[in-house]
Amino acid sequence: MSYHWNWQVFLQPSATGEGSYLAWLGEGLQWTILLSLSAWVIALVTGSIIGILRTAPNRWLSGIATAYVEIFRNIPLLVQLFIWYFVLPELLPVELGNAFKQTHPLIQQFFAAMLCLGLFTSARVAEQVRSGINALPQGQTAAGLAMGLTLPQVYRYILLPVAYRIIVPPLTSEFLNIFKNSAVATTIGLIELSRQAQQLVDYTAQPYEAFIAVTLLYVLINATVMYLMRRLEMRVRVPGYIGGK
Amino acid sequence: MHFMKIASAAILAGAFASTPLLAQESATLKKIKETGSITLGHRESSIPFSYYDDKQQVIGYSHELMLKAVEGIKEQLKLSKLDTKLMPVTSANRITLVQNGTIDIECGSTTNNLERQKQVGFSTTIFVIGTRLMAKKDSGIKDFADLAGKNVVTTAGTTSERLLRKMNEDKQMKMNVISAKDHGESFLTLETGRAIAFMMDDALLYGEMAKAKRASDWIVTGTAQSKEAYGCMLRKDDPEFKKVVDAALTKAMTSGEAEKIYSKWFMNPIPPKGLNLAMPLSDEMKAAFKNPNDKAFE
Repeated sequence: MSYHWNWQVFLQPSATGEGSYLAWLGEGLQWTILLSLSAWVIALVTGSIIGILRTAPNRWLSGIATAYVEIFRNIPLLVQLFIWYFVLPELLPVELGNAFKQTHPLIQQFFAAMLCLGLFTSARVAEQVRSGINALPQGQTAAGLAMGLTLPQVYRYILLPVAYRIIVPPLTSEFLNIFKNSAVATTIGLIELSRQAQQLVDYTAQPYEAFIAVTLLYVLINATVMYLMRRLEMRVRVPGYIGGK
Repeated sequence: MHFMKIASAAILAGAFASTPLLAQESATLKKIKETGSITLGHRESSIPFSYYDDKQQVIGYSHELMLKAVEGIKEQLKLSKLDTKLMPVTSANRITLVQNGTIDIECGSTTNNLERQKQVGFSTTIFVIGTRLMAKKDSGIKDFADLAGKNVVTTAGTTSERLLRKMNEDKQMKMNVISAKDHGESFLTLETGRAIAFMMDDALLYGEMAKAKRASDWIVTGTAQSKEAYGCMLRKDDPEFKKVVDAALTKAMTSGEAEKIYSKWFMNPIPPKGLNLAMPLSDEMKAAFKNPNDKAFE
């Protein structure tokens, strides 16, 4: 294979006059991080609520939560993204749909990708919250209620503090996944990290350098996330549960 | 960047180490002869150059020319039988796949330009386009100057995208440039009203029109921002192989065969909807057929 390596390519000014190619990667990195973190907030909040509802003793509440999880978990991420971005504005009342489509394209793309990633991941987080709660002995709920706590209080003071500690490792996986999944936003034109990599390939015809650099950036992001989550896990350990002393 | 240098040196020394081939010995021809097969790269939605018809068969103007080149290769190597393998490529991966030997030749809608010549080789020019705009007939968009402050869509990884972004930067037009994944999606963005215009190679714009719900709603308009030459992409530094491909293409062009293929795809109804693009042979195309050459315009 004849390939002409050129790592200096990142320092060249870009063909469109918008800074150097390194600046493009920086811009892509910003969008990837911003998108993933905001989607993660949505996922954590919504996922917690839905997960708690799934364990609620009320048939209606747990039924609704189950339906939610099944819908968001069983439709491929890419299909969901296209529904948010292409289909939904067409289903809204014409005025509203047009208003959305007339906003700045970046805002549209970001908004659709954030909602899509956030809700998709929330279904997975919900399952983990549920399994965390279900992992606790039934006796704890019973004991709490016997002491005169209300059900919300039992959740707030007894179940959730331990359940959340138990599920830190699987949550870490989801947190890593959200960064990797954020690459689907490429398909609707958001200029995140993987899109910038493709742009670099198109503009400079140096595919190996571009993809190696972007791969390293993704690894760097996720290594950081793993490190922070490890630290969190150590800090919140409870004696008697998962490695707690 | 110091680290990058070390990393690249390490990689160079390792898996990707390659020795320049001796000119008289074409690696590609040798491989084709030994294996009795050639792998062709084609596009999936570059209407009418290289795309799938409704039976998932690859068809198109560039594709037919590529088959002419394959015939030429078969003759040159005196093979009684030559297997052709088809491999779909995208604008993002086509260069890499030629370089790493996955495909031997790619004829689609790939522009031959100086930037790309550093990485790959190009055959003689098979088509010449101008980059223009498509808009709704009643949108009032006539030329690029009308786009100031508007949303404009183009396809990621194309020369149009580069030109549009550059124009936006140079002339401070405050356009919002949307880069869609492929031509089909770009057109969808235009059709759903997210963008007021779609900038692309004129022939591909007519091709997208061929798929539109109502072709008569749309016009191709504006002053061409660049002239571009499409060529078949080959591996760089294999002049022997290029010579065989060029000879076959030149023969088709000077004998009038290429013109017949042209009129089949640009002057007659084509799949999927039987629309006629009605694009007569341009002066540039006439010149290219008359004196085949592999010059890039930029």
